[in-house]
Amino acid sequence: MNQDSVITNEMRAAIGVESEPSIREVEKGAIRRFADAIGDPNPLYHDEEHAAKSKYGAIICPPSFFGWVVRSARPTRTFQSPFTRGYNGGNEYEFFKPIKAGDVLTTTSKIVDMYERQGGPQTGRMLFTVMETTFKNQDGEIVAKSRGTGISYEGPRQVETPPMESGRLGA
Amino acid sequence: MAQQLYWEDVGVGSEVTPLVKIPTTRMLVQFAGASGDFNPLHYDDVFAKNQGPGRTIVHGALKAAWLGQMLNEWVGEEGFLKRYGCQYRSQDMPRRMRTQTEPEQEGETCTCKGVVTKKYIEDGEHRLDCDIWVENSSGQKTTPGTASVVLPSRG
Repeated sequence: MNQDSVITNEMRAAIGVESEPSIREVEKGAIRRFADAIGDPNPLYHDEEHAAKSKYGAIICPPSFFGWVVRSARPTRTFQSPFTRGYNGGNEYEFFKPIKAGDVLTTTSKIVDMYERQGGPQTGRMLFTVMETTFKNQDGEIVAKSRGTGISYEGPRQVETPPMESGRLGA
Repeated sequence: MAQQLYWEDVGVGSEVTPLVKIPTTRMLVQFAGASGDFNPLHYDDVFAKNQGPGRTIVHGALKAAWLGQMLNEWVGEEGFLKRYGCQYRSQDMPRRMRTQTEPEQEGETCTCKGVVTKKYIEDGEHRLDCDIWVENSSGQKTTPGTASVVLPSRG
């Protein structure tokens, strides 16, 4: 291992550790607010009558909805993040079954990978943390999986900034 | 609603119907509330200045949501979005508000686009793979990604 690595043994040990499950109902009001926030007029998210007549038979979720809204599961942080600045590097979603309003989803998350890279002078050292989340419905079926890459970074060394409360990771 | 698209209607190189979005500061606050992503990078200019980007930036997840909207509008109610993902390579800046509801006329426009890269049948499904992306007003792809969709077939 590189001596200068910011990935400690403690951090490595956190890879693959599944979070406690979180259980959330998929609320139609939350779906509507999310669709409104995107500016997505799809009647499958807004119009119960239309949705009832569709092949789904009910209001469904926009594809990226559950990534944030339904999920409260997060791997328990057993380590202190080395950097205070962070942003979302990317998201991937995989869908197996439609997720409908009223479904009760059980989600679990785990860190599946961590790696580092040297960025430019404004960025400094960067830490990439890949987190995978699995969503199961009330029948125990896996309905979706998501993967998010959280990037935290050192930042320019000369500037003092107040630390963020937590380096936020992607969904 | 647009007419249902069928697998036979598209080939490699076919365009995904683009979706145009004008990001605004107001929209980012609304998305923060609806999504639960309260990183101040998206609504606090001073914080954003201290943290690097210089000013507030569009949520990556909002751009992902727009790409999802584009794909679902394209495949229609009889199609199915199997998988998609994107990387937030470059930042997009929202337009400031001119009135409570109207954005400045000048500023960034984000356009979601896509193109079919593969057409195939697998597990009995009529599938397409696509490159997708969000591009800014200068035509730079700030948010590249890929997607796999299933379309109905005329049989």
